[in-house]
Amino acid sequence: MLDANPEGYTTADGRKIGGVLMEMRNITLRFGGVKAITDISFDIREGEIRAIIGPNGAGKSSMLNVISGFYVPQEGEVWFHGQRRAPMKPYEVARQGIARTFQNIALFDGMSVLDNIMTGRLTMMKTGLFSQALWWGRAQAEETEHREKVERIIDFLEIQSIRKTPVGRLPYGLKKRVELARALAAEPKLLLLDEPMAGMNVEEKEDMSRFILDVNDEFGTTIALIEHDMGVVMDLSDRVVVMDYGKKIGDGTPDEVRANQAVIDAYLGVAHD
Amino acid sequence: MFYREAGDFKTSYKDDSQTFPIRFDRRGYYAALLLGFAVLPFLLNDYWTNAVFIPFLIYAIAALGLNILVGYCGQLSLGTGGFMAVGAYACYKLTTAFPDINIVFHILAAGVITAGVGVLFGLPSLRIKGFYLAVATLAAQFFLVWLFNRVPWFYNYSASGQISMPERTVFGIPVTGAQVAPWAGYLVCLAFVVLLAWMARNLTRGATGRKWMAIRDMDIAAEIIGVNPLRAKLTAFAVSSFYVGIAGALFFSVYLGAVEVGEAFGIEKSFAVLFMIIIGGLGSIFGSFAGAAFMVVLPVLIKLVLVDSWGWPTDLAAHIRLMIVGALIIIFLIAEPHGMAQLWRLAKEKLRLWPFPH
Ligand SMILES: Nc1ncnc2c1ncn2[C@@H]1O[C@H](COP(=O)(O)OP(=O)(O)OP(=O)(O)O)[C@@H](O)[C@H]1O
Ligand SMILES: [Mg+2]
Repeated sequence: MLDANPEGYTTADGRKIGGVLMEMRNITLRFGGVKAITDISFDIREGEIRAIIGPNGAGKSSMLNVISGFYVPQEGEVWFHGQRRAPMKPYEVARQGIARTFQNIALFDGMSVLDNIMTGRLTMMKTGLFSQALWWGRAQAEETEHREKVERIIDFLEIQSIRKTPVGRLPYGLKKRVELARALAAEPKLLLLDEPMAGMNVEEKEDMSRFILDVNDEFGTTIALIEHDMGVVMDLSDRVVVMDYGKKIGDGTPDEVRANQAVIDAYLGVAHD
Repeated sequence: MFYREAGDFKTSYKDDSQTFPIRFDRRGYYAALLLGFAVLPFLLNDYWTNAVFIPFLIYAIAALGLNILVGYCGQLSLGTGGFMAVGAYACYKLTTAFPDINIVFHILAAGVITAGVGVLFGLPSLRIKGFYLAVATLAAQFFLVWLFNRVPWFYNYSASGQISMPERTVFGIPVTGAQVAPWAGYLVCLAFVVLLAWMARNLTRGATGRKWMAIRDMDIAAEIIGVNPLRAKLTAFAVSSFYVGIAGALFFSVYLGAVEVGEAFGIEKSFAVLFMIIIGGLGSIFGSFAGAAFMVVLPVLIKLVLVDSWGWPTDLAAHIRLMIVGALIIIFLIAEPHGMAQLWRLAKEKLRLWPFPH
């Protein structure tokens, strides 16, 4: 049992997983009469890759939206870094070190790839308006400093050749990658990925899986991801939460979840695309 | 001299983010500066200075300002005329209250005051968007004109209800008032234009510009990367109004000399500046200039050709002008939302590859 080692554990492949980073306690979220999430609790440990799976409409995206501050649950508590989080706006959540990507890509279409990724660092850019307008000392130095960080991410995700391309012109798969780059640029503590591989071909999925593993490995970023492709989920994740109709029906390692009868009935048994 | 970036390698990120990455553009820019400051003042006659160049420069400032708000931050405003009026009246009140302080400072201060007023009227933008925000700014437009008409304090209780600019000098040379030489007013406007365009360029290529564009392109995604939407929008309102206020102050003090608010800063002004940025190019510094030039030169050109050369009646020529502007706006909105600036960019892209198309 994982709860038996609150200080963390070591995975089969030798990665160190730490204590609890984020904890959802008895979250309930309603839209009018519709209960999108019913009394769900789970935690995300430091350094972990945590998957959230479940059939369409299970409430997975809603859960990410609760974490990132878009939805305020009617009941329940969100704990981050061992502290109860007061309800806050999405931009405040971002400043706490939580970055995310969206199920339907949410990039800035009118801007270049480079500018899109640079936006990921906005919270860290502190020069005042006046200094920026005059492009004096600090503003220029700051721009260059952050540009260097962003170039490293561009290299890391192998998108050097499209740096200056307007995002609107990119194919779907590359857009997903740029969105990941923008989230990474924020150097988040916790990275939320909503179906990072949806609509990709096998090769693109392999690339994306490799990037996710590398991010986790190299930067030690904690990752929570939603994914429909069971093969990918089983390969990538350390622990899996299974949702169905807004309820949690399973939670554990991929092997445990795979063996769970409720999960097999509700999810794996259901015909899925 | 070829239009190429080849052989013009950037070895640092600083070089790569400069304003004119291609050497040819950079040289063209310095040539234009030299022409504007050192050559044109000697060449231009009074008619061209007063009818074309001064209004062009002032409208370019207003267009830059509106473009920051509409083109970069995506917040539609129909209050430009009203905010220009704020700049004009602020300048008037300041220069009549403190006649010994240099007019340049009053014009800058008028910009700052207008920025404050802009922020005030920008507050609803957190809650309302698009069409509704446009209506709110339209209300600001009518309210401001009404205010300056109704409260005699603003026009120093003058019998006519107008404000008129006393003579003011810069370095001992009159730049406003009856005795002013057109080239002096021109140089003042040019100096403001160069400074403000350069500042606009700096703001839009850096962190602030990215915040604005993020809000414009997708406001939820902007929030998720940590942009406070209200702050970003209010900064856009402030900076935009600062520009528009300076344009209004110059329009009154240097260009018109005397102003009746409804006539000079009515709703037509708001639309005229909006048309400039639509035709010139939303979200483009160059487009602000192109649009201002087009809207200022077009009537002059029509008058020269249709009325003076071909002898057409003036009112017919005026109608033709409106039809041209109307048609162009529709064409640009449908076919090329980035305006003349985008056409220019595409032409340059072609030129960069010429004569090998791939
Ligand atoms: N803003 C909203 N207003 C009303 N209902 C909503 C809203 N967002 C989600 N829902 C409802 O909540 C339920 C869960 O939706 P959610 O998007 O979280 O599912 P999901 O698990 O992400 O599904 P998918 O796999 O299709 O992405 C659905 O019934 C959905 O219709
Ligand atoms: Mg979803």
